[in-house]
Amino acid sequence: MQTPASFEYERATSVEGAIASLSRLGSEARIIAGGHSLLPMMKLRLANPEHLIDINDLTELSYIREQGDEVSIGALTRHVELLKSELLARHFPLFRDAENVIADPVVRNRGTIGGSLCQADAAEDLSAVCSAVKAKAVIRGAGGERVVGMEDFHVGPYMTAVGEGEMLTEVRIPLRPGGGSAHEKVERRAGDWAIAAASAAVWIEGGTIADAGVALSAVGLTTIHLSRAEELLRGNAPSDELFAQAGEIASADCSPRADGRGPIDYKRHLAGVLTTRALRRAAARALHQEA
Amino acid sequence: MHVSISVNGEQVSREIEPRQLLVHFIRETPDLTGTHWGCDTSNCGACVVLMDGEPVKSCTILAAMCEGHEIRTVESLEVDGRLDPVQMGFHEQHALQCGFCTPGMLMTARALLDENPDPTDQEIRTAISGAICRCTGYKNIVSAVRWAAEYEAAAKQEV
Repeated sequence: MQTPASFEYERATSVEGAIASLSRLGSEARIIAGGHSLLPMMKLRLANPEHLIDINDLTELSYIREQGDEVSIGALTRHVELLKSELLARHFPLFRDAENVIADPVVRNRGTIGGSLCQADAAEDLSAVCSAVKAKAVIRGAGGERVVGMEDFHVGPYMTAVGEGEMLTEVRIPLRPGGGSAHEKVERRAGDWAIAAASAAVWIEGGTIADAGVALSAVGLTTIHLSRAEELLRGNAPSDELFAQAGEIASADCSPRADGRGPIDYKRHLAGVLTTRALRRAAARALHQEA
Repeated sequence: MHVSISVNGEQVSREIEPRQLLVHFIRETPDLTGTHWGCDTSNCGACVVLMDGEPVKSCTILAAMCEGHEIRTVESLEVDGRLDPVQMGFHEQHALQCGFCTPGMLMTARALLDENPDPTDQEIRTAISGAICRCTGYKNIVSAVRWAAEYEAAAKQEV
């Protein structure tokens, strides 16, 4: 039987209370929301927190809303809600692309965006999705809030910018004109981790790509931010040739490992193909030309 | 710690360790061993129960997290000796062989029909994509869920 090692459990009744507990208990405390990443890690003794702070009652952290020039998503928002959100589908359709293939529908009833981002598994889809759309993470501690971009949020494998005594409370995504986005993933079977996945977003103004975001899952130790591909895309008109070049950069700039899901060459090839496809679909959506 | 969880409409109260998983809390309750404990890694779906009406994998939820929530297990499907339409469908369409995955399949199917009373085969396949069956090849399970959907639609018309 797989059971986690012993720990103390408490249920948070407010964000302030959860942060106070985290500050008091230090590095031995972890927040639990959906638990579908943390509990398996605890069963395997890859994580051994002495205290769990359950935030499932903090419904004030569960929302998806448009506020001014951004969309904000509460950290406790579950995958199923991200999947069903018409607001997200309208502004950032890559969320629905990704949520259709993240784990399975039953797991999606529990897992949260905050948990996915804080788990920071390199094969996790939402980290790449949030990177591509230039999301910002709102991190709250006893001293107040700070806002960090996804580049700075991903510190290393399973490591984020969230420090001791802090928690991720919100994800903010800037709304900009002319945007389109897509997520492409290949998995061995339904619900499996990705062999590779690519998230892409483009903002097209006057026939030119004003800005772009591209990130990869499962082909490196962390989510890979393809800044070289983004630089290539900026200032150019969208075309199949341009997106093929971005795909070549993706193949070159990822660092996959050979495992049961495939050898390195195959994964590099796949990262390139998925990047090209995601960009093509993102651009079609930005131009309202999606087939 | 002390927890009190509503299981099939009855309050079950017990002293537990915080690390106890919901699947074990349920199975250690007299007459509630219908929920199966399978892979323990949220892959197989044998342990699916309903939490406030939504299917969840009870091997990956702490019992402590369920206080204040309504849990429904496979035992709740049959009422006064009458099988739930999804159970009838599994019987009619021969949707089980060894039966190990069946409790989770039934609860997943029940939740699907509660949300979508007329699902397509593809929607059924998506709904049960988090549940593994090594016997049937899934075809008869899909047929069983369709059978239940049609049975319920017909029953509604009669009323």
